[in-house]
Amino acid sequence: MTTQAAISGHEVEHSGPNYIAVFIYLSVLTAVELGVYAMGLPQVAKVGLLIALAWAKAVLVAMYFMHLAMEKRALAIIAIIPVILVTFLCFMLLPDLTTRMWTKFDHPRPVTNPAEMGAHPVAPPPMQTP
Amino acid sequence: MSEAAAVETHEHGAMQADQLEPSLTPGSLGKLGMWSFLAGDAMTFGAAIAAYGALRIGNPNWPSPAVFLGITTTAIMTFILICSSVTMVEALGSIQTGRMARYRNFMALTVLGGLLFLGMQAFEWHHLLGEKGMSIKVDLFDATFFILTGFHGCHVFGGVVYNTVLLIRGMTGKLTQAKANLVEVAGLYWHFVDLVWILIFTFIYLI
Repeated sequence: MTTQAAISGHEVEHSGPNYIAVFIYLSVLTAVELGVYAMGLPQVAKVGLLIALAWAKAVLVAMYFMHLAMEKRALAIIAIIPVILVTFLCFMLLPDLTTRMWTKFDHPRPVTNPAEMGAHPVAPPPMQTP
Repeated sequence: MSEAAAVETHEHGAMQADQLEPSLTPGSLGKLGMWSFLAGDAMTFGAAIAAYGALRIGNPNWPSPAVFLGITTTAIMTFILICSSVTMVEALGSIQTGRMARYRNFMALTVLGGLLFLGMQAFEWHHLLGEKGMSIKVDLFDATFFILTGFHGCHVFGGVVYNTVLLIRGMTGKLTQAKANLVEVAGLYWHFVDLVWILIFTFIYLI
């Protein structure tokens, strides 16, 4: 069985997807991303669209260039677990972020010990547009 | 039975002796190993990007990326990396079908794409460090930018080295059609590097 599986693995050529078509899709999606960036949409719409476009490109690369679509279905488990965990990581930080500010430059507690100065950075000067 | 097993393992080049047959990637232990490594690397990048997102959302003073970061250079870099992914997958297809000259050409183009990307990244960093006065020590915006793009750049550099070794082995005749699996494994890493850049480009430069 080992020999059969190995030999069949050698002899089966990747008939493969149309890589040029995938390349064109990726190029078009990149162009659309740049268009969305330049359009000046409301922030929520812009962020949502850009994330969706980025993930579409990532899925195309994973499925067709990395051949995930042609591999055994179970291999996708290895690929999908980090996506699930990182998404969970992002969302689990939201309650902390939305209920309080992490980086407050104007700290309410007055700093009296000079040794603590470095731990509480001063607010940067106002941004000057070029 | 052990003699028969030894004969079996010597008959094909994909599997070394005394190796188990991976059920997820039959005939290629290297592919399974690379996917496992990429899962861990994806967690590292994901954690870094999540931390960047948390710091950015939690800070009302975060500057708009458009103030500091140009899009033109990075858009070209993105396109170059996508092209290099195409040339990589064409190189794989070439060596799998025994077309070694075509493999060498496409692998050389892949290496060239990686070098171009690194060169443009170095150019951009030089511009940001010099003219814009950005530095990893200045503030969180700069620190997260340089850490994320630098960490990715290190991955690209590693991939360029990896692909160069395979290119040289192809040119010296040490890499043959029977060992096409090695190129497939390298391709997985290179496409992952491209995939991560797609996400970094979106989250740091565009959003």
